Amino acid sequence: MSVYNDASVSVDSDVAEQIPAAEQDKPSVEERYYYASQRQLIWWRFTRHKAAVVSSVLLIILYLCALFADFVSPYAMHTRFEGQQGAPPTVIRFIRPDGGFQPHVFAMQREMNPATFRWTFTEDTSQVHPIRFFVRGEEYKFLGLFRTSIRLFGVEDAPIFLFGTDRLSRDLFTRTLAGARISLSIGLVGVLLSFVLGVGLGGVSGYFGGLIDDAIQRLIDFLLAIPGLPLWMTLAAALPRDWPTLRMYFAITVILSVLGWCGLARVVRGKILQLREEDYTLAAQGAGASDWRIITRHLLPGFTSHLIVSITFSIPAMILSETALSFIGLGMQPPAVSWGTLLQDAQNLTAVAHEPWLLIPAIFVITTVILFNFVGDGLRDAADPYAR
Amino acid sequence: MAASENSVLVEVQDLKTYFFLHEGTVKAVDGVSFSIYEGRSLGVIGESGCGKSVTAQSMMRIVPSPPGREVDGKIEMYLWENGGGFAEVVDVLQLKPSGAKIRSIRGKQIGMIFQEPMTALSPLHTVGNQIAEAVLIHEQDASKHQARERAIDMLGRVGIPQPHRLVDAYPHQLSGGMRQRALIAMALICGPSLLIADEPTTALDVTIEAQILELIKELQTSLGMALMYISHDLAVVGEMSDEIMVMYLGHVMEHASTDDIFDNPLHPYTLALWRSVPSIEGKLERLIPISGSLPSPFASQPGCRFFSRCDRRMPGVCDATPPSLKEVAPGHKVRCLLYE
Amino acid sequence: MLLYLIRRILMLVPILILMSMVAFFLIQLPPGDFVTFRIEQLRMSGIEVSDNEAQRLMVQFGLDKPPMARYVWWVSGIVLRGNWGWSLQWNKSVNEILQERIPMTVVISLLALLFSWVVAIPIGIYSATHQYSPMDYVATFLGFIGVATPGFLLALIAAWLLFSQLGFSALGLHSPEYINAPWSTAKFVDLLKHLWLPLFLVGMGNTASTIRVVRNNLLDELNKQYVITARSKGLSEWKLVWKYPVRMAINPLLSTVSWVLPGLVSGTVLIDIVLSLQTIGPVLLRATLAQDMYLAGSVVLLLSALTVIGALIGDVLLVLVDPRIRFGRLGK
Repeated sequence: MSVYNDASVSVDSDVAEQIPAAEQDKPSVEERYYYASQRQLIWWRFTRHKAAVVSSVLLIILYLCALFADFVSPYAMHTRFEGQQGAPPTVIRFIRPDGGFQPHVFAMQREMNPATFRWTFTEDTSQVHPIRFFVRGEEYKFLGLFRTSIRLFGVEDAPIFLFGTDRLSRDLFTRTLAGARISLSIGLVGVLLSFVLGVGLGGVSGYFGGLIDDAIQRLIDFLLAIPGLPLWMTLAAALPRDWPTLRMYFAITVILSVLGWCGLARVVRGKILQLREEDYTLAAQGAGASDWRIITRHLLPGFTSHLIVSITFSIPAMILSETALSFIGLGMQPPAVSWGTLLQDAQNLTAVAHEPWLLIPAIFVITTVILFNFVGDGLRDAADPYAR
Repeated sequence: MAASENSVLVEVQDLKTYFFLHEGTVKAVDGVSFSIYEGRSLGVIGESGCGKSVTAQSMMRIVPSPPGREVDGKIEMYLWENGGGFAEVVDVLQLKPSGAKIRSIRGKQIGMIFQEPMTALSPLHTVGNQIAEAVLIHEQDASKHQARERAIDMLGRVGIPQPHRLVDAYPHQLSGGMRQRALIAMALICGPSLLIADEPTTALDVTIEAQILELIKELQTSLGMALMYISHDLAVVGEMSDEIMVMYLGHVMEHASTDDIFDNPLHPYTLALWRSVPSIEGKLERLIPISGSLPSPFASQPGCRFFSRCDRRMPGVCDATPPSLKEVAPGHKVRCLLYE
Repeated sequence: MLLYLIRRILMLVPILILMSMVAFFLIQLPPGDFVTFRIEQLRMSGIEVSDNEAQRLMVQFGLDKPPMARYVWWVSGIVLRGNWGWSLQWNKSVNEILQERIPMTVVISLLALLFSWVVAIPIGIYSATHQYSPMDYVATFLGFIGVATPGFLLALIAAWLLFSQLGFSALGLHSPEYINAPWSTAKFVDLLKHLWLPLFLVGMGNTASTIRVVRNNLLDELNKQYVITARSKGLSEWKLVWKYPVRMAINPLLSTVSWVLPGLVSGTVLIDIVLSLQTIGPVLLRATLAQDMYLAGSVVLLLSALTVIGALIGDVLLVLVDPRIRFGRLGK
């Protein structure tokens, strides 16, 4: 309460109204609140939502890792390591056997267990392999711009598998990052597509009404009445399996957007119908503003915050759908790498029982989805203080 | 009309009810004292946000909590046996807000009607069900059938046509005026000794407002109960009450008999209220609005709370010293440094 | 009410016709067809299929006719003869496959819905009436995680945990020794042992979102004037909450049946595939992959029908419980 005992608060209120905010020497916390722009208010409220802030930071890191996957990962995603099929994650040690501090790993030796006939891995502790940063590794094209072989970290003379290897002896950490590229970006691209369709058709439907509105609404009713997953499955099954990765990627995006735009279009239409009746829209019409001006100047700002929130919630849904389709074999096809295709390996329960690290991509998917939900939650609270 | 030797029903002493919000603390009621006497009526007037409704809610212990809380004061309620003998004095603020004791007071000793008849009834239950419920709560030996008969009887009393039919109606089938009548029936069915009416006519048409006021007055006399009438409308309060309490930002600014408030208003705020409403008898005058708007509820001023809007403020005095409520004439209290 | 029902049911007909067309022609989209695919397969594995035999198969499956004619033949078979077609992949009639699989699918979806309500409604009510209490935070957090966590991935992880920690294979609905055994108490117990995980996983998302819906609705309702009115009558908190706001807060759930139920049916598809349950999900996957058109078309059509029927049930329930709609919209 003491904050508000500032003398400037008790200024005669009708006098205060006449003084522009900038001229007041020291605005109190409370006044800052009154004079803040809508965007500032949203930002303040958002930063108060700790989980959302932390989640956005983590998501940004995740996306950066995906963007610079070649640099961050120690190997190329198709490189095989002879004799390292199904190797468990490499243990990183920090104290050398002789006592000094140095992050290092040991080489792994594969042996057949004579009793179970399964391969087991043992560490060869005779030689320390230090982890080095910014080392030269396999060559790659940095962001498709120039060739380089500098990688974030690496180990000489011994492999390092942070997440273990898959059954074709490829590094799962490298492949998880590579998969993140497709899985994470498909959410953005898919949502962009749904967004354009949804806002366009929903806006038209809501603003013009009449026959157009009826037609679009019936279409939405119909599309929403078809259960999503079976529809996606049949559509995806219609795609030729041998399409190149990029074409497949866009085809899957389009399929996922077929239903994705409906919800958004509904929201946009509803909001427009509601806002169209508001006095300020009528006032703008009365002042002779054009349709376009009314839509962009008066209606859109009325629900941009709402749109941003619903977009934030659709991204994880898209990511999840892609993962699901690829997981059951109807989405991206190997050799393309996405989290869904990586998880195909995990379909076999016995394989997972012996190589549980195959489930790591699932943890990435779940984490990403939860993080997006936290951010969406924070944005919703920030955009609309009355929505709980 | 009963004289002032009527026995005390409720005695509120230095009530403080605060709301603890993210943005700060709102002192909605900040040291309010008054008494309500049997069969008499007290009018409470003030702008929205002055704490008049919160005062009433505190008496019923139905202040939304959190964020609201009665932090200090006493509300002593004089309870009477059914036969008429004096039973006990209860400090309502000491009771658990969901406890059995306060529940036996709500609806039984004090009935309350609200501003929004549109939303004050559950849309999923019939009017009769909601009225009879009060009987079933407070009279353990009443059967469902008896309660229903009582509800029909009460609906008839508050002027609802065909009560035996409308008892089974859902709220959305009734007009606003009818719903308010039903709410009055609900508040009065257990024969409370005090009726709190919290702006019961604000949401109604003017013609219906008159009917409802008439009804409340008629029921007050015939049932011999006390009335606490809350409104922002001077004329209505004047018509309904024996004495009037003027509130501003959680403080009582002036408290006097209705005649005194009308003939000899003292506080600059009361005077300002007078100037801002048209009078029927008086000559046509320009209405003078009260300058400025309510200060932020979070602000706390060292001096008089009305300082920023007062037309007789004394800079350096009024904004430094908080005035106290002084009895300047018998039964006439004012909180203003002009009279200290 | 009757009129309303009849009108709603009549409105279903064109939707279902449209859906059957979409379902059927979507399946036909990919180049090639199942019979050619199968004959190819047989020939590759050295089995001699004569051209006559191939021709006979083509005719049997109507593949010699144009797609539209095939569609009419398929739909008239369903409507007139109750014959959903023949699945070459299973070498069984589609009816037989559906009869085996549909009941378990519906049972799992309905039980999951029931499970989610039984769990979620009390938690939601507790959460709202004890807002900001530690348990409220726990419930809100769990609800949040539950909404966000994809069921089929959790199914993967859960199956692995159960298998590696307890040696319990959660796959399928029956342990191997009971699959072909006649129904007995032991088999039923075994079924229950396998059923709880899919129920939990299928219902989890809906449980979590129901907790949120109930909590938020109830919080809104608790501040409404009619609650204060009821309180000022002297009603005890417990009775008050259950009689008034809870009913108001739960009613909207009934309207969500219309999309939750289809969502559950759709959601089970994935989880059932992961846990290889004997439901419709794995059947659909195999049928789409193999272009087994009559089977896949039938499954998609049935799932769509379940969706629209679910929507109808939800709307009718809402009309039944809310007098405002009952007297308002239908009165006219």
